[in-house]
Amino acid sequence: MSAPSRRDFLRTSGMLVVGVSAASVAGADSLGLAAGQRTAGAQGPGPYPDVDFRQLDSWIVVRADGTATFHVGKTDLGQGTGTAFRQIMADELDIAYDKTSCVMGSTDVTVDQGGSGGSDALQTDGWPMRRVAAEARRVLLEMASSRLGVPVEGMVVSDGVVSAAADPSKRVTYGELIGGKRFNVTLSGANVDATTGVAPLKAVQQLKIVGTSPQRYDIPPKVDGTAKWAVDVKLPGMLHARNVKPPVAGATLVSIDESSVRGVPGFVKVVSQGNYVAVVCEREEQAIRAARQLKVNWKKPATAPFPASEDLFTYMRSATPTSAAKPVIVGDPDAARAGAARVIEADYDVPFQGHTAIGPAHATADPRNDQLTIYSNDMKSYGLRNGVARFLDMPRDRVRVVWMEGPQAYGRTAADDAGFEAALLAKELGRPVRVQWMRQEETAWDTKGPAYAVRMRGALDTQGHVVSLEYDARAADHNHLGYNEFDTVLVAQLTGRRKAQPAAGRASYPSDMYAIPNRRMSGSVVPLPLVWETPLRTGNLRDPDGPQVTFASESFIDELAAAAKADPVAFRLQLLTAARDDDGGFRRARSIACVKAAAEKFGWDPRPSPKPRDSGDILTGRGIAYAYRSQTIAVEIAEVEVNRRTGHVWVRRLVCAHDCGLVVNPEGLRRTIECGMLHSLSRALHEEVRFDTEKVTSVDWITHPTLTHADTPGVIDVVIVNGDPNPSRPDLPHYGAGETVCKPMLAAVANAIFDATGVRIRRVPFRDARVLAALKAAGV
Amino acid sequence: MSTIKLTVNGEARTVEAEPSTPLLYVLRNDLDLRGPRFGCGLGQCGACTVLIKGEAVRSCVRPVSSVQGAEITTLEGLARGGVLHPLQQAWIDEQVPQCGFCQNGQILTAKALLDRNPNPTDAEIREGMSRTLCRCMTYYRIQAAIKRAATAMQSTRSGNQEVR
Repeated sequence: MSAPSRRDFLRTSGMLVVGVSAASVAGADSLGLAAGQRTAGAQGPGPYPDVDFRQLDSWIVVRADGTATFHVGKTDLGQGTGTAFRQIMADELDIAYDKTSCVMGSTDVTVDQGGSGGSDALQTDGWPMRRVAAEARRVLLEMASSRLGVPVEGMVVSDGVVSAAADPSKRVTYGELIGGKRFNVTLSGANVDATTGVAPLKAVQQLKIVGTSPQRYDIPPKVDGTAKWAVDVKLPGMLHARNVKPPVAGATLVSIDESSVRGVPGFVKVVSQGNYVAVVCEREEQAIRAARQLKVNWKKPATAPFPASEDLFTYMRSATPTSAAKPVIVGDPDAARAGAARVIEADYDVPFQGHTAIGPAHATADPRNDQLTIYSNDMKSYGLRNGVARFLDMPRDRVRVVWMEGPQAYGRTAADDAGFEAALLAKELGRPVRVQWMRQEETAWDTKGPAYAVRMRGALDTQGHVVSLEYDARAADHNHLGYNEFDTVLVAQLTGRRKAQPAAGRASYPSDMYAIPNRRMSGSVVPLPLVWETPLRTGNLRDPDGPQVTFASESFIDELAAAAKADPVAFRLQLLTAARDDDGGFRRARSIACVKAAAEKFGWDPRPSPKPRDSGDILTGRGIAYAYRSQTIAVEIAEVEVNRRTGHVWVRRLVCAHDCGLVVNPEGLRRTIECGMLHSLSRALHEEVRFDTEKVTSVDWITHPTLTHADTPGVIDVVIVNGDPNPSRPDLPHYGAGETVCKPMLAAVANAIFDATGVRIRRVPFRDARVLAALKAAGV
Repeated sequence: MSTIKLTVNGEARTVEAEPSTPLLYVLRNDLDLRGPRFGCGLGQCGACTVLIKGEAVRSCVRPVSSVQGAEITTLEGLARGGVLHPLQQAWIDEQVPQCGFCQNGQILTAKALLDRNPNPTDAEIREGMSRTLCRCMTYYRIQAAIKRAATAMQSTRSGNQEVR
């Protein structure tokens, strides 16, 4: 590449951006491409020091042509956060949205904001972005003030043009003020989240771009085929690798017969360390063939690594826990239950569910010049860089990660693992290596959301009021993996570089705002026999634990409502409205607003469930569920058709009422909500990781079905709610969106099935055979 | 290795590959096309879809030797003269993708569907698209975009303009 890269600017200026000529970067920037996409193929001399978040130049570049590029330490997984970052920063900077671009996630050209996770892109990371943009505006106004000889108070800014309020002919553009120069402004803040200048933020009423819906800039290249993804990286001399996984979980490598693949055209090398085995070839299809053909002698473990999936919940209920969550107790649930008119108990089971990304895990690593550049879609690119440096004992500034687009990464996916594998193989071969997992590997070995077995117990008084509610969870979450840990990624486990003590994991609790006088929440973590090198390794999966926990808690609220012969909406409103004067009032008021908004949009007809059963084969019903997460509220209503002959469930309509405070891009939010709900609907209807006592048997889209076009609801209504109980507040902050909507769906569907059929399904997923068996057992 | 002659997006291309090599790897690695992507290698998900003689074909399970001489169209070949295909435009107007990894297969499968059936019902869209998977679950918007494109293509046809 002839034009100097942004990386070179950073380097020559001691990390700061200087002298950026428009021609050098504007073209690529205007497409919003990550910086590394421009430098792919040209491994720089390094080193790659950390980008200093306390320098304004690390965040914002304004060019002579008046365009600006924002450099942020996040990654966009397809929810449009990059577009939203441009909106909030353009608004604070006072520049037209169309004149901005955004560079994300590559460790050498963006500050470390941790990449993505926790639906906190706007809730947490949006604040420093806004503050640095406001600071840049302040600095530009001061520059304009000296240039024009007009006090700052006497100037107005519009779309990057500063002019004197009294004399609009006195004007200067941002490009004229700063283009080709650096700000040279030092920011403050104890950490990147606290980064700030001295400029105040705009009031919500002054924001013009926030609240509008510019189209996502990343979509056109994704539909015309020009986008360059992490899977597309090609480097001179690049080799292709495929892993050879143990055929039985916990198996030990005895020997490899390398002669079995020497005849494969393009064969380069078998790499093996401990129980990690990979085959490297010149071409991709050669590596696939060689990995299939390689003869490896494995020794099975002496004991079964795990029970078969059909025995999982029995096992979990009898296993000895490795840790327990601190119980949360309100009032005296035992006494309340003892004096209650009616006590109800129910058990709920949610199996292991996987990420099963549409594109299997992959990464490409370039080891040239004693550096390591990893091209990856890992959502936490900064963690990948740090983890790989530690794993390979390299100085951090010799390692960089270039973040690029990839298949969905909702949590701790195998993208972490593939990044480390590519790094290890590239170092071993001394040439760039691209590694990609195969489908069966991805589905079997990707990290899993933990299985949950939950016991609920509730008590009603004679009027049908809830007097006590108890929740006790068992989570198969021992050795829950963190992100990009050098001692827990799969290749570290298989090569024997593992943590001394497995992580404790966690058993999570419901996070509703119900005011129930006597309540107990408890939980424990149970281990499977095989703790390391297991395909049933758990990690964060979109809204970790939320769907499992909320399936139990919100199904059970419905069971209590049915026992009280109460309407499920009215019953929830009563639990939310109960007089309590605490700091939960704000959240409770907004929860009530969402319940009411969802019911109104749906056209909810108040009555208890189940409804009188329809005649004919198709039984219809509706179910509601509610969840709260980190100041964001989602209430979902599902309307189902249940085929009593086949057991097939079709959710024909979904309604979601959602309050996440200030909305930056309403259309983007709407789609994030729709898709998040359908992801959870897939988990409700289809998804379960199955296994026998040796291995995972869910290995492809037949053995691990997912939601399809045929399952898609005919209507999805999203209601964006502002339930702020304080009418004089201008607006709420921008809270997070995405994961909250994953929580209620499983229960909403189960509640709708109950409404339609009178049959309660307490085990996920609601595949045809399970539902049909339950209907038959109940004589439906 | 054999010399294989292909016609891709209207251009004659020659590659050296084992005849049994799945077309996908030749398109991606030899011809540098990025539209078709590896999703499963089993013909189950559709991420690798290309059009061959108007049919949506899964290139991950199609040996390259079997498509010699056939006209192959990839996502890159859908736009004509710098103008996006109505389906691509509908995908933008409807803001369909989340991560976007599967959308190649969604768009090309929809193209084959509309070529067969220019005015599909909702049920026909569900059925016709049901084997093309999306793990971000953008199905609702995909279906809306297909309807939007079908309408646009019909109005183009009724306007007696050229239809691609």
